[in-house]
Amino acid sequence: MNGTGTTGTGTAEIRVKLPTHLRRLAGVDGEVRVEVTEPATLRAVLDAVEQLHPVLRGAIRDRGTQRRRAFVRFFACEEDLSHGSADDPLPEALRRGAEPLLVVGAMAGG
Amino acid sequence: MSGVRVLVGTRKGAFVLTADGARSTWEVAGPFFPGLEVYHLKGSPAAPDRIYAAVSGAWFGQQIQRSDDGGRTWEPVGNEFAYATVPGTHQWYDGTAHPWEFARVWHLEPSRTDPDTVLAGVEDAALFRTVDGGHSWSEVPGLREHGSGPQWQPGAGGMCLHTILPDPVDENRMLVAISAAGVFRTDDGGKSWRAANRGLVSEGIPDPDAEVGHCVHKLALHPSRPETVYMQKHWDVMRSDDGGGSWYDIGGNLPTDFGFVVDVHAHEPETVYVIPITSDSEHFPPDGRLRVHRSRTGGGEWEPLTRGLPQEHCYVDVLRDALAVDGLDECGVYFGTTGGQVYASADAGDSWAPIVRDLPAVLSVEVQTLS
Repeated sequence: MNGTGTTGTGTAEIRVKLPTHLRRLAGVDGEVRVEVTEPATLRAVLDAVEQLHPVLRGAIRDRGTQRRRAFVRFFACEEDLSHGSADDPLPEALRRGAEPLLVVGAMAGG
Repeated sequence: MSGVRVLVGTRKGAFVLTADGARSTWEVAGPFFPGLEVYHLKGSPAAPDRIYAAVSGAWFGQQIQRSDDGGRTWEPVGNEFAYATVPGTHQWYDGTAHPWEFARVWHLEPSRTDPDTVLAGVEDAALFRTVDGGHSWSEVPGLREHGSGPQWQPGAGGMCLHTILPDPVDENRMLVAISAAGVFRTDDGGKSWRAANRGLVSEGIPDPDAEVGHCVHKLALHPSRPETVYMQKHWDVMRSDDGGGSWYDIGGNLPTDFGFVVDVHAHEPETVYVIPITSDSEHFPPDGRLRVHRSRTGGGEWEPLTRGLPQEHCYVDVLRDALAVDGLDECGVYFGTTGGQVYASADAGDSWAPIVRDLPAVLSVEVQTLS
C-alpha cells in the first residue's frame, strides 16, 4: 500500500512517476504524491502535480488547451490512459495507492 | 587575470568551457540539461555571471534556465510564450497557409544594461521580452503586425527568429532576422518595424528581390559601427552600410557563398569571418576541408584560414549561432560543428585547435570575456 491511497476523507493520495527530464526540472527524486478529491481523475491529478510543481506547467499539457503534449503518454495498471477522457475516474488500484500513474515520454528511435 | 567563458549549446545538453587569457588550457563543465536540446545560451553584459539558456525538446517543450553563478548551477524560470494577438497564418513549405504555433526559443539576447531584461527570438517567428529575469515573457507584437506575416515561410530548420542585433548605443533601434522572411528594423523599441531587405536577391522565391521572403541565416556588426551590418544569407554574403537600408554582395573570391555564420573581429570593424558550406543540398565544407574565411577589407577579398583545422575527410556543418569572438586584446575566434568539435583560435584565426572534439552536435557558441 505504500502508505497512500484513499484517505477515508473523500480524497485519495495518488502516486505519480515522472520521466527523468521532468524529475530534474521539478527537482524531485522518486515519485510525486498528490492528494485529490474522489473520484480521482487524470485532470485532477495533473492539476495537483502542476500546482505542487508550477515549473511543470506546459511540459505535460498545453497551457492553454490543457491537451496532452503529443509525445507524452499516461500509463497505469498496464493500460494506456492517454486517449481516454481526462475526467474519467482513474483505475481503483491508483486511487488506493497500489499502483502509480506513469507519465511517459513516448518512445522514439534514433 | 582575464579569461574567457565559452557557452556551448548542443543537441543533447549545454557545456561551459573556461580558460585564462592565454586560451591554451581549458576546463570543460557539463553536460547541463543532459539529453535536451540547448539552442542558445548567452550571458548578461551587465552581470556576466547571469546566464540564460534556451532548453527544449519535442517531448516536454520549452524551458528557460537561468544561472547566477557563471553556469555552475541553474534554475528554471518562466516558459510561457503566448502570442499577444491572434497569431494568424504564415506560409507552410508547400505554400499553403499554416497557423502560427510556438515551437521553441532559438536565440536569447540579454540587455546590455539590465540583467533582468532579455529579448527572445522564437519559432514560429516572433520576438518576446522579459523584464523580470525570465520569469515572465511578453511578445513584442509590432513585428508580427508588420503585415507581411502571411508571406513568411519556414526554412529547413523551421520559421525561426534567430538573430537579434540591438544598436550598441540606442536600444530603441534594433535589427532582427527571420528564416525565411528576412531582416526587419525598428527605431522605436519594437513598436513599429519595416522590412530591411533591399538589395537581397534569392532565387528560391517567386520574386527574387521581393520585400520579404529571404532566407537570411545570420547578421553581425561591430559595436563601433552599427550602421555597417554583415549578412550570411542562404546564398550570398552581403553588407549594408546604412543599417540594413540596402545591401550589396561581398562574396568576392569565396569558394562558395552559401553558409550559416558570420561575425566581426572584436577590434577591427572591417575584419569579417564566414565559414563557407558547399551548398544548400550539401551541408558540409567544400572538398571536405574545414576552412574559416577572413576578410580584412570588409568583404570582397577573403583568405582561407586552415592551420589546425581538418583539411581532408571533414563533412561537418557549422550552424548559424555557432561562431563567436572574444574581446581580449588578441581577438579570439570560436566555432562549433555538428560533429561535436569546438575550435578556438587565440590569434584572430591564424591558427586553430579544438577545445573539445566529441560533444553532441553543436547548435550555438557564445563567448564571454571575463576581467
